[in-house]
Amino acid sequence: MEPFITHTGIGVPLKQSNVDTDQIIPAVYLKRITRTGFEDALFAGWRKDPEFILNREPYSAGSVLVAGPDFGTGSSREHAVWALKDFGFKVVLSARFADIFRGNSGKQGLLAAEVDQQDIELIWKELENHPGTQVTVDLEGRTVTCGSFSTGFQVDDYTRWRLREGLDDIGLTLRTEQEITDFEASRPAYKPATLPARTA
Amino acid sequence: MVAKASPENVAATVATAPAAEAVPRTLAEKVWQDHVVVPGNGAGDAQTPDLLYIDLHIMHEVTSPQAFEGLRLAGRTVRRPDLTIATEDHNTPTLEIDQPIADPVSAKQIQTLRDNAQEFGIRLHSLGDAEQGIVHVVGPQLGLTQPGMTVVCGDSHTSTHGAFGALAFGIGTSEVEHVLATQSLPLKPFKTMAITVEGTLREGVTAKDIILAVIAKIGTGGGQGYVLEYRGSAIRALSMDARMTICNMSIEAGARAGMVAPDETTFEYIKGRPHAPQGEDWDAAVEYWSSLPTDEGAAFDAEVFLDADELEPFVTWGTNPGQGVSLSDTVPVPEHFDDPNARAAAERALEYMDLTAGMPMKDIRVDTVFLGSCTNSRLEDLRTAAAIIEGRTKDENVRMIVVPGSARVRLEAEAEGLDRVFKDFGAEWRFAGCSMCLGMNPDQLAPGERCASTSNRNFEGRQGKGGRTHLVSPVVAAATAIRGTLSSPSDLAASESELQEA
Repeated sequence: MEPFITHTGIGVPLKQSNVDTDQIIPAVYLKRITRTGFEDALFAGWRKDPEFILNREPYSAGSVLVAGPDFGTGSSREHAVWALKDFGFKVVLSARFADIFRGNSGKQGLLAAEVDQQDIELIWKELENHPGTQVTVDLEGRTVTCGSFSTGFQVDDYTRWRLREGLDDIGLTLRTEQEITDFEASRPAYKPATLPARTA
Repeated sequence: MVAKASPENVAATVATAPAAEAVPRTLAEKVWQDHVVVPGNGAGDAQTPDLLYIDLHIMHEVTSPQAFEGLRLAGRTVRRPDLTIATEDHNTPTLEIDQPIADPVSAKQIQTLRDNAQEFGIRLHSLGDAEQGIVHVVGPQLGLTQPGMTVVCGDSHTSTHGAFGALAFGIGTSEVEHVLATQSLPLKPFKTMAITVEGTLREGVTAKDIILAVIAKIGTGGGQGYVLEYRGSAIRALSMDARMTICNMSIEAGARAGMVAPDETTFEYIKGRPHAPQGEDWDAAVEYWSSLPTDEGAAFDAEVFLDADELEPFVTWGTNPGQGVSLSDTVPVPEHFDDPNARAAAERALEYMDLTAGMPMKDIRVDTVFLGSCTNSRLEDLRTAAAIIEGRTKDENVRMIVVPGSARVRLEAEAEGLDRVFKDFGAEWRFAGCSMCLGMNPDQLAPGERCASTSNRNFEGRQGKGGRTHLVSPVVAAATAIRGTLSSPSDLAASESELQEA
């Protein structure tokens, strides 16, 4: 995973709350078996409308999505994060993220940064009045800057550390493999196993 | 959930069990603490995650291919195939299951799961197998889901398994790969929320109505960061099938997991199932399970109360599961919402759903009734719906599709003759799978088609592009299929007595 320190790119105002993962990527696109190539699937339903924000210049080249509260609700599909990344997004700003979506983002190097809704609305205004305005997101100082407006954002320390270092979770966990083995030795005998298979 | 306890305390609790009894703990805290392999450090925002051991990993074909691909690329293996099980459910057809899958992309995804299961030695129940079905129906019915376990699956409705007093939650594909490789997950502690439902449900009011009312009350983000524990006399009185319905939709309130404390109802359900503990193991397990319910005096981070006596059948009018009202109510007026985001969402929802503010919910005419999904496709759901339609006539303009949650549920239903009841009524009796809940297989709504669905999500296009979904309970689904408009069983009695008087 590539380390994330700071990012500057065109901001895209998505003025909607409760953007669920079925909207971010409809289920029909979940049938693929690869990890990349989902850019065409991002917001596929909404993109049929030529007026949809991502179909309009200069937003179509955006990399910082500025969304309403409760972004990424619903299905656990990590494809939602892949689709955002494949389209070119590096950062999503929202007042509140669904838990699973936020977790998935952190693992894929997409920054889900929490910004107060009143600040989101100020950023929306700026991006609409001056389309193509660049938004700078500084993970070091936890600040987001849009035109002359600047504010802080929240991301937990652990996610921030991993993003900055570009660390792989599995590698980190395997450093404690001995502890896992020890824990397994202490598991009670009544815990079920799937193998050998028993059926009714 | 251990937000108030520091990780050091967690480690101490695990190490010295007797001392633990001094501090009252919630069900969720107990299960969490019993699975900490490596405690995290620090507190608050700076806290690093605990490494949690995973007792059971369930898989399906949609969220697993890229995880196996990751393992292969990194040269890693599956650490515990014996704690892993897979089924095919999202893409599987519900008609002509003996034929090759027509959609080549669906067929390829299923074949990929079969190849991966073969390569990594994972137990798989394929289409046609008596144990095939929706992951969240299969785990419990095999007796693999038990109290006090940690259960994960690359599927947000894994919360279903919390009905047994397990800590069960959905994970993303990267986490699926992580669990395959390490049988553990780094996780930040959740907060706990008690959802207390006291009283007695009226006739025709079910577990589905409880959870839809909870979601409408706390909102789709209300449970965010929490594990919900459903408590109170109304929950205690529910069967396991009904408890699963409630825990299933915890995610629709934004929560990671939902739980119900294990009790005699739980033990009775598990006993004798294929993977239930036996002999001395059973006794040891029951002793442990009995220690799990939340201690008296344990503190929750938040509490919500609901009066079961007051509840009516609940249905959704909008495009997220929090947009619901009592069936006897009217479609809300967007201007009445104070929050501008909620108002905008309501306006957009009414447009998508093609509904007029203020119209009675019971005037809404549907085209299709879907009885199925991991929320409501278990034997009890089929029985209660069948009991209502038996001897009655389906509205001729409504199509009804009945999709049992698993091949086993289908067999059990057929042994009771339920398939006859549905077929005589004019409903389609299908094979098991996720089906029209999300339409990854051919079972989809057409644009503009309106559906009363016992599933869990009414998102735009969820059941098919342009399709319109009203979430309902199985008994409301059955009554709606008879009358053609959103209806409760009590409406049937009323209209039938009118007929008799006439």
